[in-house]
Amino acid sequence: MDNIAGSKPHLTWAVHISVAVLVALWLFPTVGLFVSSFRTADQISTSGWWKAMFPSEQSLTLRTAAPDTQVQQGDLFVIEGNLFGQAGKAEISVFGISSKDVTAYSIGETAELRNGRKVTVQSSGDYRMTASEPMTGSRGSRVFVTAQTPPEFTTQNYKNVLFDPDNREGMAKAFFNTLTVTIPATIIPILVAAFAAYALAWMDFPGRALLIAAIVALLVVPLQLALIPLLKFHNNIGIGKGYLGVWMAHTGFGLPLAIYLLRNYMVSLPRDIIENARVDGASDFQIFTRIILPLSFPALASFAIFQFLWTWNDLLVALVFLIDATGETTVMTKQIVELLGTRGGNWEILATSAFVSIAVPLAVFFAMQKYLVRGLLAGSVK
Amino acid sequence: MHPALQGLITILIGVGGCVGYFYFSNQFLDKVLCPPRGPNAGRNINRANIIRPWLFLAPAVLALGLYLAYPVVETLRLSLSERIPGGGSQFVGLDNYRQMMGEPKFWEALRNNMLWLIVVPAMSTVFGLAVAQLTDRIRWGNIAKSLIFMPMAISFVGAAVIWKLVYDTRPVEQEQIGVLNALYLWFGGDDPQTWLTIPFWNNVFLMVVLIWIQTGFAMVILSAALRGIPEETIEAAIVDGANPFQVFFRIKMPQIAGTIVVVWTTITIVVLKVFDIVFAMTNGQWNTQVLANYMYDKLFRANDWGVGSASAMIIMLLVTPILVWNVRNARKEMR
Repeated sequence: MDNIAGSKPHLTWAVHISVAVLVALWLFPTVGLFVSSFRTADQISTSGWWKAMFPSEQSLTLRTAAPDTQVQQGDLFVIEGNLFGQAGKAEISVFGISSKDVTAYSIGETAELRNGRKVTVQSSGDYRMTASEPMTGSRGSRVFVTAQTPPEFTTQNYKNVLFDPDNREGMAKAFFNTLTVTIPATIIPILVAAFAAYALAWMDFPGRALLIAAIVALLVVPLQLALIPLLKFHNNIGIGKGYLGVWMAHTGFGLPLAIYLLRNYMVSLPRDIIENARVDGASDFQIFTRIILPLSFPALASFAIFQFLWTWNDLLVALVFLIDATGETTVMTKQIVELLGTRGGNWEILATSAFVSIAVPLAVFFAMQKYLVRGLLAGSVK
Repeated sequence: MHPALQGLITILIGVGGCVGYFYFSNQFLDKVLCPPRGPNAGRNINRANIIRPWLFLAPAVLALGLYLAYPVVETLRLSLSERIPGGGSQFVGLDNYRQMMGEPKFWEALRNNMLWLIVVPAMSTVFGLAVAQLTDRIRWGNIAKSLIFMPMAISFVGAAVIWKLVYDTRPVEQEQIGVLNALYLWFGGDDPQTWLTIPFWNNVFLMVVLIWIQTGFAMVILSAALRGIPEETIEAAIVDGANPFQVFFRIKMPQIAGTIVVVWTTITIVVLKVFDIVFAMTNGQWNTQVLANYMYDKLFRANDWGVGSASAMIIMLLVTPILVWNVRNARKEMR
C-alpha cells in the first residue's frame, strides 16, 4: 500500500502529523501523572505539571538568619548569608520586605526595614543585612522574593509511599496483597481450562457442541450477577471474605475466556501429530501433557497476561469477596479509591500511589505485547 | 499465617491438586474401572472413551456452573423475592422491579447507560479505525500503535486518577493544575470549571476515560483486519483511479464490516459492566449514575438485595441480545 501514500507526498505529511497528534493526546494524561509523581506537594499545587520541565518563576517567602549570628564590623552589626541556604538554587529578579509589595526593590538595591535595618539582596540569594545597633529577636527578618527556580524532581514521594514504615497509605502492604491475589488467580484457571479445552478440541463425545455454545454464552455474562449468590455461598461453606474466596471467584470468572482461547488454539494444531501419537499408543493424558501443552504455549501466555492484567487491575471482585471490615487484606485499587476520597487534593500521594499500581501492568504490557495482541485477536468472538 | 505463604501454598495445592486429579482419575479409569484387557477388553475401551472427556471437563464445568450459571438463576430468584428479617426470604413477584422503576436514580442510571452505550463504542471504533488505517502506512506506526494501546494495561482506577488530574479545578486566583481548566482559561474562559459536577457534560468527561482505554483494543483488532484485506482488491481500485478516501470507504470498509461489528459488541459489553470509573470519579453523584454502580449501591450500601438483584437482571437483559448473537455465530462457525 506504499504506492498510495508514495504518490501523494502532502498526504503522507498529513498522516504523519495526525498520528503524532493522536499519540500525543493519548500519552499526555499519563505523562501528567508520571511527572507529578516526581514533584513536591508545593510544586504540584502551584504550577501545572507541563511547566515542570522549564524553570519556573515563583514567589517565595524566605528569612534571613537569626540575629544571634550577627557580627560586628566597625560600628555596624552585620548578618550575611544566602536566603536559599546555598547559592545557585534559584535566580532572584526582584524582592520586597513587605507582603503588600513583594516587587518593591530590584537586585542590588538596599531596602530599609522599619526597625532601621538595611538589607541588600543579590540575584544568587546572597544578602547582607546591616544595622547600627545590635539586632535583637529570635528570628530573622522576612524577605519576599520573586525567583526563577530551575526544574526540580524528587523521588521522595516514592520513598514515602513505599518505604516509610509508618505511612498511613499502606501502599506497600496493598502491593503485596495484590500480588498475593494475582498469582494464584492467574495460574489455577490456566490449568483447569487447558484440560477442558483439550477435551473440547480433540475428544469426541455427545454434547460437545452444546458445551462450546454454553462457554461462548458465559463469556459475556456480567459478573455483577454473581456477587450476591456467591457471597452467600462463600459464607455458607465457611470461607467468608478472604483470599481463598477471591482466588476461587477469579478462577470462575476467568474460565470462559481461558477455555475459549485455548480451545480455538488447540483446534488449529495439526491433526497428524495427534493421530500419529494415538497410533503409537499414547493415551489422551500423555498426548495432552507431552504434545498439546508445550505446543499451546503462545495461547497459554496470551491468557496468562489477560488474567494477570484483569486480576491486578480489578476493584469490584476484591471489594466484594476479599476486603473485610478489618481492611487487612486491602488491594491497591481499593487503596487508591480511598485516597481519592480522603486525600483528593494531595496529588503527590495520589499520583505516586497510582503509578506504583500502574507500573507492574505497564511493564508486563511492554514486555509481552506480542502475546497480548495475539490473544485479543483470538479472543474476540468472530 | 503470612498471606504470601498462604498464596504459595494455595498455588501448590491448586496446581498439585489439578495435576493429581487429572493423573489419578485417568489412572483409575484405565487400571481399575475399565481395564483394556480380560474378557471385556473391547467394551471397556469404549466405556473409557465415553467417560474420559468428562474427567477432563469436570473441574471446569463445575466451576463454570457454580460461578457463572448458578448465579444467573439465583439472582433471578433473589430479584423476585424479599429477605425476611431474621433469615429466609419470601416470594414477592415483581415488587422489587416495581420499586426500582419508581426510583428516579434508576432512570438516571438507565439513561446514562444508554448514552454510554451509544457514545463509547462509536468513538472507540472510530478512533481505533482511524489510528489503524493511518499507522498502517508509516514507518514508526508500530511504536505509535503500542503507545495508543498502552492504556489497555492501566486499571480503571488508575485511569480515574490520571483523568482526575486532567479535570482538576483550583480556585480562580490560583494557577490551574488541571490541563482542561488551564486550556479553558487560556482560550478565554472566565472562571475555572469543576468539570465533573456539570450535569450531562460530566457524563461525557467520564466516557472520555473509557474511550481512551478502549481505542487501543479497537485499533489492534481493526488493524489486523485491514492487513487481512486481499491486496488485489485495493490494487484494482487504484488502477481504476480511486483516490485514497474512496479506497478506504468503498473498498476497505465493506470488507472489514464483520470485524467492526465484533469490536463494537465487545466494547458494548465492557460498557455495560462499567463500574470502577464511575465509582472512583464521581460515585454516581451529579447525575452520573450508571447501572453497575447503582446495583453496587443497592447491594452493599442500602443492603437491599431484592432491588440490587433486579438491577443486575436489567444488565443481564441488555447483554442477552449480544449473547444470543455470539452463540449463533459460534455455532455457524463450527459447522
